Amino acid sequence: MEKDQDIILNEVTQSEYKYGFVTDIESDSIPKGLNEEVIRLISEKKNEPEWMLEFRLKAFAHWKTMKNPNWAMLKIPEIDYQDIVYYSAPKQKKQLNSLDEVDPELLDTFNKLGIPLEEQKLLTGVAVDAVMDSVSVKTTFKKNLADLGIIFCSFSEAVQEYPDLVKKYMGTVVPYRDNYFAALNSAVFSDGSFVYIPKGVRCPMELSTYFRINAANTGQFERTLIVADDDSYVSYLEGCTAPMRDENQLHAAIVEIIALENAEVKYSTVQNWYPGDKDGKGGIYNFVTKRGLCKGRNSKISWTQVETGSAITWKYPSCILKGDDSIAEFYSVAVTNNHQQADTGTKMIHLGKNTKSTIVSKGISAGKSNNSYRGLVRVAKNASNARNFSQCDSLLLGDQCGAHTFPYLEVDNSSAIVEHEATTSKIGEDQIFYCNQRGISTEDAIGLIVNGYAKEVINQLPMEFAVEAQKLLQISLEGSVG
Amino acid sequence: MDMMVEIIDTREDLKKEFIQQRTILDQAIPGFGYQKREQAFAHFLKLGIPSTRVEEFKYTPLEPLFNKEYHRSYTFDPISFDKDLLFNCDVPNLETQVEFVVNSWYYHPEHRLQVLSNGIILGSLAEAAKQYPELFQKHYTKYANPASDGLIALNTAFAQDGFFLYLPKNTVMDQALQLINMMMSDRNLMTQQRNLIILEDNSEANLLVCEHTMSNHDFLSNSVTEVYAGKNARLHLTKMQNENNDSSQLAAVFIHQEADSQVSTNTISLHGGFIYNRFDVALQGRGAHNDTFGLYLTDRNQHISNRTLIDHAVPDATSNQTFKGVLDDDAHGSFTGKILVRKDAQRTAAYQSNNNILLTDRAKMNTKPMLEIFADDVKCSHGATIGQLDSDALFYLRSRGISQKEARLLLMYAFTYEVIAAIPVEGLRLRVEELVSKRLRGELSRCNDCTNGCR
Repeated sequence: MEKDQDIILNEVTQSEYKYGFVTDIESDSIPKGLNEEVIRLISEKKNEPEWMLEFRLKAFAHWKTMKNPNWAMLKIPEIDYQDIVYYSAPKQKKQLNSLDEVDPELLDTFNKLGIPLEEQKLLTGVAVDAVMDSVSVKTTFKKNLADLGIIFCSFSEAVQEYPDLVKKYMGTVVPYRDNYFAALNSAVFSDGSFVYIPKGVRCPMELSTYFRINAANTGQFERTLIVADDDSYVSYLEGCTAPMRDENQLHAAIVEIIALENAEVKYSTVQNWYPGDKDGKGGIYNFVTKRGLCKGRNSKISWTQVETGSAITWKYPSCILKGDDSIAEFYSVAVTNNHQQADTGTKMIHLGKNTKSTIVSKGISAGKSNNSYRGLVRVAKNASNARNFSQCDSLLLGDQCGAHTFPYLEVDNSSAIVEHEATTSKIGEDQIFYCNQRGISTEDAIGLIVNGYAKEVINQLPMEFAVEAQKLLQISLEGSVG
Repeated sequence: MDMMVEIIDTREDLKKEFIQQRTILDQAIPGFGYQKREQAFAHFLKLGIPSTRVEEFKYTPLEPLFNKEYHRSYTFDPISFDKDLLFNCDVPNLETQVEFVVNSWYYHPEHRLQVLSNGIILGSLAEAAKQYPELFQKHYTKYANPASDGLIALNTAFAQDGFFLYLPKNTVMDQALQLINMMMSDRNLMTQQRNLIILEDNSEANLLVCEHTMSNHDFLSNSVTEVYAGKNARLHLTKMQNENNDSSQLAAVFIHQEADSQVSTNTISLHGGFIYNRFDVALQGRGAHNDTFGLYLTDRNQHISNRTLIDHAVPDATSNQTFKGVLDDDAHGSFTGKILVRKDAQRTAAYQSNNNILLTDRAKMNTKPMLEIFADDVKCSHGATIGQLDSDALFYLRSRGISQKEARLLLMYAFTYEVIAAIPVEGLRLRVEELVSKRLRGELSRCNDCTNGCR
């Protein structure tokens, strides 16, 4: 039995990264290094207004005073910030009117990923703002959305065309002083997405972007800003795959969400970046600052994430519940295998009255990986009747891995009800035996059990994503019996 | 992971004293002379008093305590006090042997160290080091590592005396042992008490430790207790913390457990200005079991921190942690607990829970129950809650004619009972029950029936 399991485990853990390929597109890159000149150059290339450049320079000045954070349960190799190319854009013609004008090789990349723009357009009704190495390539359904007054465009376009909105909201949820990687991103961010849903509008389709890290040695510094005005609704999807590389790549993104009165924003992520090979070589460093602000009364923000990729994940999608009666949710499945490290979780800051938050986190560790949940629930003095429920479960597959839980509960108000519970366990031999007995092979049984374990989170994902997420879990874990 | 250490600068004062008192410290504990202390002091100079920037002290602000002026005494000053009064801390209906430690010095009118008929040794730590050097050397500073923490280093560098208990193989203490730690002085005082408790294989003891202050001065006691529990040894330790609200008590207990040993601690914190309890349990033998229970009832400006680490170093050990607290007025509480399951510590079962009730909006609770697990065949869980009394339960009681006040008391008492119920010695349990219920009613300013005048 033991041997069989080992063989299965090996087969699975040694399977090649499915999405590892490099698209050969001519890139418009600037030289390596980080200094004021580079920032001015990025800003100039993007033809940005003066206030944007000022913001970047302020952020850079602040970044220089900061230190790499080392509080997480991660072993992060020294990163040479001077050895990174901070801007790389696929060369393209000016404005494209149809798909024919898109670089065919680029289109092929998306086809390999299984997200052909045409098909998406025709069949699924999803508008895709495909971000390839930092510059928005193609935006579909723009017109449909525009009719409703919805703005869904690249961040740089928003800077040019909707400077007032960008100025008003950018940096209000994640200030450039927030943390080391946020400051870095604020200084050098290349592009990203911008979404604005006007008052009373329910966005008729799932908005989605695919981030993809391409040209070698290019850190990707995305910046996403979502603003949902009063009484509006939007569901936003972010999905990631990245080509196989031997050199570690840095990804330091910022996502800001603002929900005004009665607005609801649902943000879903499936992250499957290159996790490094089975010896822990290579892989993406994913250092992301994601935060939502429930600004208006009765607003709601929901984060759902399925994290299977990246060599190192440092990510805490958080919510500030400022408006009275606001609601925040965090659903997460984090899978680590081989030498992957993940330190992920959330922060729920209750400021308004009658606010509610829910945290469901499911960690799965296999191989020699370490998977930590780190979360904060804070109830401020005036946040009466706040309610939080947190559940953080860990599943261990194998005796070489680690699963850790670091919850922080800070309560300053007597009317608050804050609950946290966590369990750590492995897949029971009796469960496997039960399945075997009914003719289900061990690896299928594990897939079944893991999917059942993660169901609570997967169910929160939009349909298309749920299917992909389930497949991912299966690929990452089937057969890894501890 | 590098730890960022911010240092509060009381070090200069202490450094001067450390050099000045060289001769006294050199002779204080035979076998642990100035040179060994110097190593510990070097660690202290490096680590300093941990600030809130140190993760484990995030919710435990020590700076204000150490910024006050304290007198430090390097020789035992047998202040005249009515010795008869000492014996009033007796537990009714329970035969106990009572021992005293006054301002960190072991005190007994007749002797420094006694050897009971069954070979049990108890008394002064310094005296034990002198009379039983081998035994002492084998255990002293072996479980509390001064390199790991500024407070431990400080204690190790300055400690001169404390309580010593030794149970040889296969001995059982037929009486519960009551240790009364007293602070009495006519000025503010800082002390560094050091205790060593050794239970050889198959021995058993019940120990009750009471912490009292006899005057209203600012006291700061930084104590370290090391406990060794041999194979199949049984130790139950109950701590009653009842000090004046200007006193600060930093108490670290390090417990080393061999195979099949069972150690349980119940810490009942009733009064005290600033309390920091640390429990560091190393389960080093298969089949070892540990229970760490705590109950804290705080009001006014009290601060209470409980910090635990249960280290499952070997397979097949089990542990249980339950901490419960009621916080009133402007009280501030914190719990920092950790279960560490090392690689290959398979079949570990470890549980941890922390429940809190906040009675006012000014009270504050921070809790951090952590799990760090490196083995797969384990059952570990933790839970934490912060909330208030159940309004349905309150309504139920009120609908049966019980007044609001009584109903609240009843529910609070029920809430705390889980910790009290875990005290295995009946007389002691009844005693604690009584004290807790008085404390909840706000009637407890000193121990019941006690004429000591602790404040």
